[in-house]
Amino acid sequence: MKNMKKIIALLLAVCCVGAVMAGCGSGSSAGTNGEVTVCNWGEYIDEDVLDQFEEETGIKVNYTYFNSNETLYSTLNTGGASYDVIIPSDYMISRLIDEGMLEQLDFANIPNYALIDDQYKGLEYDPDELYSVPYMGGTVGIIYNTTMIEDEITGWSALFDPRYEGDILMFDNPRDALGIALLYLGYSLNTESEAELNEAYALLEQQKPLVQAYVMDQIFDKLESGEAAIGPYYAGDYLTMIENNPDLAFVVPEEGTNQFVDAMCIPKGSENKANAEAFINFMCETDVCLANMDMIGYTSANAEACEIYAQELDEEAAAIMFPSEEVINRCEVFKNLSPEALAMYDALWTKLKSGA
Amino acid sequence: MKTKLFAVPYIIWMALFVCIPIVLIVVYAFTNDAGAFTFENFKGMTSYASVFGRSFLLAAIATIICILIGYPLSIVMSKFPSNWQKIFTMLIMLPMWMNFLLRTYAWMSILEKTGLISQLLGLVGLPPLDIINTNTAVVIGMVYNFLPFMVLPIYSVVTKIDRSLIEAAQDLGATPGKVFKKVTLPLSLPGVLSGITMVFVPAVSTFVISQLLGGGKHMLLGDLIEMQFLGTAYNPHLGSAIALVMMIIVIICLRIMNRFGDGEGQAVIL
Repeated sequence: MKNMKKIIALLLAVCCVGAVMAGCGSGSSAGTNGEVTVCNWGEYIDEDVLDQFEEETGIKVNYTYFNSNETLYSTLNTGGASYDVIIPSDYMISRLIDEGMLEQLDFANIPNYALIDDQYKGLEYDPDELYSVPYMGGTVGIIYNTTMIEDEITGWSALFDPRYEGDILMFDNPRDALGIALLYLGYSLNTESEAELNEAYALLEQQKPLVQAYVMDQIFDKLESGEAAIGPYYAGDYLTMIENNPDLAFVVPEEGTNQFVDAMCIPKGSENKANAEAFINFMCETDVCLANMDMIGYTSANAEACEIYAQELDEEAAAIMFPSEEVINRCEVFKNLSPEALAMYDALWTKLKSGA
Repeated sequence: MKTKLFAVPYIIWMALFVCIPIVLIVVYAFTNDAGAFTFENFKGMTSYASVFGRSFLLAAIATIICILIGYPLSIVMSKFPSNWQKIFTMLIMLPMWMNFLLRTYAWMSILEKTGLISQLLGLVGLPPLDIINTNTAVVIGMVYNFLPFMVLPIYSVVTKIDRSLIEAAQDLGATPGKVFKKVTLPLSLPGVLSGITMVFVPAVSTFVISQLLGGGKHMLLGDLIEMQFLGTAYNPHLGSAIALVMMIIVIICLRIMNRFGDGEGQAVIL
């Protein structure tokens, strides 16, 4: 009898698992017009637009995330997954193009490309406009807490100021961190010169005792709570942070800064290229761009959407999301570097972080 | 024959997820991008000496603290009535039901200058805790996250110690100290040794803890290996070489440790 009970319990357990799996199964079955697998940054879309896309086209969207361009590269390179649409940043797009990992797009299927602002077209990472459709962009700036720092911050020098010792946050990746030091020194973000990089490294080494922590998304918590006073991050994220702590201020450094563009691409090996192009086209629609912009606070590449959205914002937020031409001219976009230069960046970074 | 049949799924599992990955690491470590055999990946290894040193030191400290907390805890637990023991085991397991990353993130909020502990200290007029972004915080994170892996093996061995052996020792006039030294301790050693393995190995290779609690200021081996796979330069060959050297040092450490245990009480290697 006791055994009987055990067997019944076991059967029930099996049924439960089966039911759950069946649920998953029906959830992931293809739509009437096939499917499309999208890999995007976390919290980088208004997920409601995915439902809208599925309804309009009958194409089922499989939506997944990546958390850094390098992770995405590594996944694509090892063949660990097959995606139809990916949304990497500028320098990674040029690397993927150089290494023959992207499909050329058929722009006949993407008529909404016409809606994209000209300033995002033909940029250095994809000069002939063959492989990518810009999605969102933005600038890196300095975010600081006005109750903790009384002076007005104007440039990168603030991140190297001994007065703010222990309250400074810094990017936790070599490209961004060394980039800031390079800009402060007046060099290009994309330098491959060993001498310039060594100079930038020396600056970071000097800065290390002043730095509270090297962070990526932990910066949200640390700036919002007043744990740290100042740090570099993305303009769009500043608009999210200020909702939780109105004492924060944002400035685009006078020495210039990094402007980034994230664009939609189709990786080689995509099995649903037509669906992927339909998805990219959909993502360029003005109302979709508006919904996404409202959700994530970054600047859409759709000119019309930006114009409409700017009118809804207060002046300060509008100036941050839609920087003036004067600001844009001070910005530099990351380019892909030679493998030798990348190895140099990594070596300097390891040296910085493995030191005492 | 029948027992062999039952082993088949396990063997397939081991081959797929243990043997093949290890072989791949070895292959990657000794090849370059072109696939040719090379020792190049091991040449620069000395420049990472400080990272190796720091990782093994912090992991060793965390393991020792885990023993100091975990051993008495296991002994005390085993003396309670069995219903209580179940509750204690459950309480130790409970945090493990939550994601490792979340737990570590929570510790960041607890230890920060504006965090929970500092706020409490502030209420009684004490200065805030200055511990976040230091090696101390990293060790606290390791101890918190890996303590269950020390307690559970020791506890499960201690509860199985034959009471009559302890009673015999007492009958023969051994003092409580002597009973512990001559009976309980030697019999519980296998649990301690497997506890050490289960704490030390993940502690050596952790990377999230140093990023969140150490402020990313002091790189550990896990960070270094992660950087080779997910960093700007993407060098899986160097990453594999570092991982391989780490594995070998871990095996040597455990071998040395096994000399302290007799035949039965060996730590699990591989």
